Amino acid sequence: MWNTLIEPFQYGFLRHAIVVCTIAGALCGLLGVFVTLRGMSYIGHGLSHAIFGGAAICAAVGLNFFVGAGVWGLASGLAVSRVTRRRVIAADAAIGVITTASFAFGIALLGLYTRVKQSIEATVFGSVLGVSLTDMWVIIAIAIATAAVIISYYRPLLFTTFDPEVADVSGVNIARIDALLMLLLTFAILASMKVLGVTLIAAALVIPPTVARLLTNSFKRMLIISTSIGAFSGLVGMYLSYHLDISSGATIVLVNFLLFAIAYAYTGTKRLNRRPTPRPQGEAAATVSATRSSQPLPTP
Amino acid sequence: MNAHPHAPQARVDSITPLARLDQVTCSYAQGRPVLDDVSLTIRPGTFTGIVGPSGSGKTTVLRLLLGLVQPRTGTVIRRPDLRVGYVPQVETINWNFPVTVAETVLMSARNGRRWPWTNTVEQAGVADVLDRLGIGDLAHRHIRELSGGQQQRVFIARALFSSPELLLMDEPTSGVDVRTRHEMLHLLSELHASGISIVVTTHDLNGLAAHLPHLICLNTRVMGVGAPNDVLTSDILERTYGAPMEVLEHAGMPLIIEGRHAPTVRHTS
Repeated sequence: MWNTLIEPFQYGFLRHAIVVCTIAGALCGLLGVFVTLRGMSYIGHGLSHAIFGGAAICAAVGLNFFVGAGVWGLASGLAVSRVTRRRVIAADAAIGVITTASFAFGIALLGLYTRVKQSIEATVFGSVLGVSLTDMWVIIAIAIATAAVIISYYRPLLFTTFDPEVADVSGVNIARIDALLMLLLTFAILASMKVLGVTLIAAALVIPPTVARLLTNSFKRMLIISTSIGAFSGLVGMYLSYHLDISSGATIVLVNFLLFAIAYAYTGTKRLNRRPTPRPQGEAAATVSATRSSQPLPTP
Repeated sequence: MNAHPHAPQARVDSITPLARLDQVTCSYAQGRPVLDDVSLTIRPGTFTGIVGPSGSGKTTVLRLLLGLVQPRTGTVIRRPDLRVGYVPQVETINWNFPVTVAETVLMSARNGRRWPWTNTVEQAGVADVLDRLGIGDLAHRHIRELSGGQQQRVFIARALFSSPELLLMDEPTSGVDVRTRHEMLHLLSELHASGISIVVTTHDLNGLAAHLPHLICLNTRVMGVGAPNDVLTSDILERTYGAPMEVLEHAGMPLIIEGRHAPTVRHTS
């Protein structure tokens, strides 16, 4: 048992991979709360596919991955926002068009450049092999920045997620908050893509907050639980990936799913055992007197 | 609009409108106008009901006053420093969202704090506003775990937490039972008596509109403005709703009956 736990630490790249997988899971769990509550689950899926196109270009022309794929991802995100703002095309269709076109572009480049082709499985499904020290520091920096932004903008983020229209009239700059969230999401996907994979990153964004929502009615607790579930899945998934020789994206998502199944069964049982609570009749307002309303209201 | 420089402040407040729509035409995309040549004024201390059928532009008037939509033609003038509280229709709220009553109220805090943690002043403020609305014991409940009337009060509390001068409410009695509607009516009366100007939209003529001091009948255009006894007439209501309406008098108030052949009809208009 002990050997199973410490064995990956013998290799430098796996030490990096443990950190990257754990933080990638936590980061996706944290941002996934906003993604799911805003009904943006498809955006996470779309952005990862868009970034894949950028990553393929970077690999083909020898550009830095984080710079090239980051710019490409942001441009795709902004293009999606612009197309949906015209309201003629629905958001999911706009994401489908732009991001899958980017993905197809990446696949086409992979076909043309053989030196890129070898890493296709790792890119699509995630791999713990070849995680560098730079990858580790990048994801640590992105995680710290993301946590700092979410704490610093907690209230506007909550308000715009819950009720964007009232947030707008209350003086919250919703366009800026939305752009900030899109920026965080792009960088999180960028930093997590290597270990989670293009096709499985959306699940890492959606499953932890879904499990957390089953377990709590509080937004703050949902953030904490979802981040913890993401981190736990990342860590355990990394070990499973190493020992079973399966893509890390697949193992991390499977651990996520297992936790979902347990939480779903647990909360389902609780619901079955819970007696129905009688709903209050009318109002509980003791301060309001129930006078006849057959008279007009007094006009001051 | 500009008051005399030597006039007392109270006098200035009573005559300077809070907001005004001047010959406003508004439409969404390329469709037909939702509002056509609408002019109305919201003065301090007033309690106004906007009545009309579905799609008559009631909510659009609120959205114009809030600055959420811009008119195609005409102007919307709002006093620059006006504090507005908005209570949306309960049907538009995501009741599965993981927030408690206290968290919901705190959203409208305008003290510039963006961190998750609350200070004692904010906690006391939330407790005060919830107590004022009679839901002080529900602060830590999830918003879905409340009755319809309590849920409506949570969003009124959120609006009141920003100390508004003008409270805009979209269909505050939609889908609530008779008792809750009565209590809502008296709550709004208390808020109005405390000095808050109120504008509500409603399609509930007998349950809400007939009890309000001032009404605007709207169906794309303004069909009538005035006290209920002046505007809730068969003629204005038929033009507003496009359907026959009979108006009776009960306890000094208009009682509206849909249809032409109501039993024992006694016209009062």
